[in-house]
Amino acid sequence: MDFSDIIPAMPGLWNGMKMTLQLMVMGIVGGIALGTILALMRLSSNKLLSRFAGAYVNYFRSIPLLLVITWFYLAVPFVLRWITGEDTPIGAFTSCVVAFMMFEAAYFCEIVRAGVQSIAKGQMGAAQALGMTYGQTMRLIILPQAFRKMTPLLLQQSIILFQDTSLVYTVGLVDFLNSARASGDIVGRSNEFLIFAGVVYFVISFSASFLVKRLQKRITV
Amino acid sequence: MNYNWDWGVFFKSTGVGSETYLDWYITGLGWTIAIAIAAWIIALLLGSILGVMRTVPNRLVSGIATAYVELFRNVPLLVQLFIWYFLVPDLLPEGLQEWYKQDLNPTTSALISVIICLGLFTAARVCEQVRTGIQALPRGQEAAARAMGFSLPQVYWNVLLPQAYRIIIPPLTSEFLNVFKNSSVASLIGLMELLAQTKQTAEFSANLFEAFTLATLIYFTLNMGLMLLMRMVEKKVAVPGLISVGGK
Repeated sequence: MDFSDIIPAMPGLWNGMKMTLQLMVMGIVGGIALGTILALMRLSSNKLLSRFAGAYVNYFRSIPLLLVITWFYLAVPFVLRWITGEDTPIGAFTSCVVAFMMFEAAYFCEIVRAGVQSIAKGQMGAAQALGMTYGQTMRLIILPQAFRKMTPLLLQQSIILFQDTSLVYTVGLVDFLNSARASGDIVGRSNEFLIFAGVVYFVISFSASFLVKRLQKRITV
Repeated sequence: MNYNWDWGVFFKSTGVGSETYLDWYITGLGWTIAIAIAAWIIALLLGSILGVMRTVPNRLVSGIATAYVELFRNVPLLVQLFIWYFLVPDLLPEGLQEWYKQDLNPTTSALISVIICLGLFTAARVCEQVRTGIQALPRGQEAAARAMGFSLPQVYWNVLLPQAYRIIIPPLTSEFLNVFKNSSVASLIGLMELLAQTKQTAEFSANLFEAFTLATLIYFTLNMGLMLLMRMVEKKVAVPGLISVGGK
């Protein structure tokens, strides 16, 4: 075991880490946005909307993320061609981002739904008695409180997403894990680089979940 | 990029031997189930031991289990798989290493790696569920058993665990389903399980939408089927008088 080769490889590894973080941030932002819309659909009194959202969540929660990533990577170019009528070259990065957003939205939807349902019914009634529309009630009264309550859960899901970004390995995107594997292969020290990658993932996820736990305690008290 | 839809593709010959594409899916599903069940057995056994360890009144014992859980939960599954598949064989003693790398055929060694990896990965999750189950029981259960002269192992074996397992069937079910989904990472080290067969079908037949739709349907049916089955089991073994059980 000789870990000295890792230091000169740092710039490459950092580029990989940037890719991982980009995937994660875009997945979180898109996932929460789409997930919130789905959650509101699911809670809506319109049966069609709530059925659709329910089916969406059920569907994405019963298939592996790896399958979604692979499928989107192969299928998105076709779908785009059907929509736009011309060949639009899109990279693995875009298809992975779309896959993460749509997949994570199913999980975020359930968190947001539980969050909204945990808000006391009187809040809704009071807002409506004040003459607020449904949109205003959700935007100004319910969602701000719900999001505050569910921040720890959203963060926990984000940590899971951080780990899951490593699955982009399957479409050859150079994220942190893949850059570690590539640089390790070049200098013939793949084992050392693999251990290093594992340690980095561990340190980041472990400290993040530690902070989330502390936050959770502060919020619940 | 013209696309020719053909839902009959699964009954066509693959051109490899006399197999149809459907045969590939059946083989793939077989591998997926085999990997998932083998990994689940390891996860359930080890996870239960760890779960008990976390609740035992001994700092060292519970500390070991906590460390295990933190370690296996905070490293991505794929990194763990690569560690078991690429790194661990290099660390084996010489004779064993030769046997693993040269005498075993590549499929068997990949299978062993993925089963150990998934088993140990899921054990950390099972551990947390078992711990939650034990801690959810009324304190009096343990106290009463101790007062009646049960030793600590007897308390766990006869009083706490039989009740805890019955409470945690729903979260355990979702972990069980996760093992099936997570077993798809085996495709990345060359095992021809369901996802790998799907990719291969998409490549051979150029009918990628049909290929992935069928795979999705199989995973979906598997999930729903197991969920319904576990719901029946849950009802059957429900602990009477506990609130957490289906509205009784």
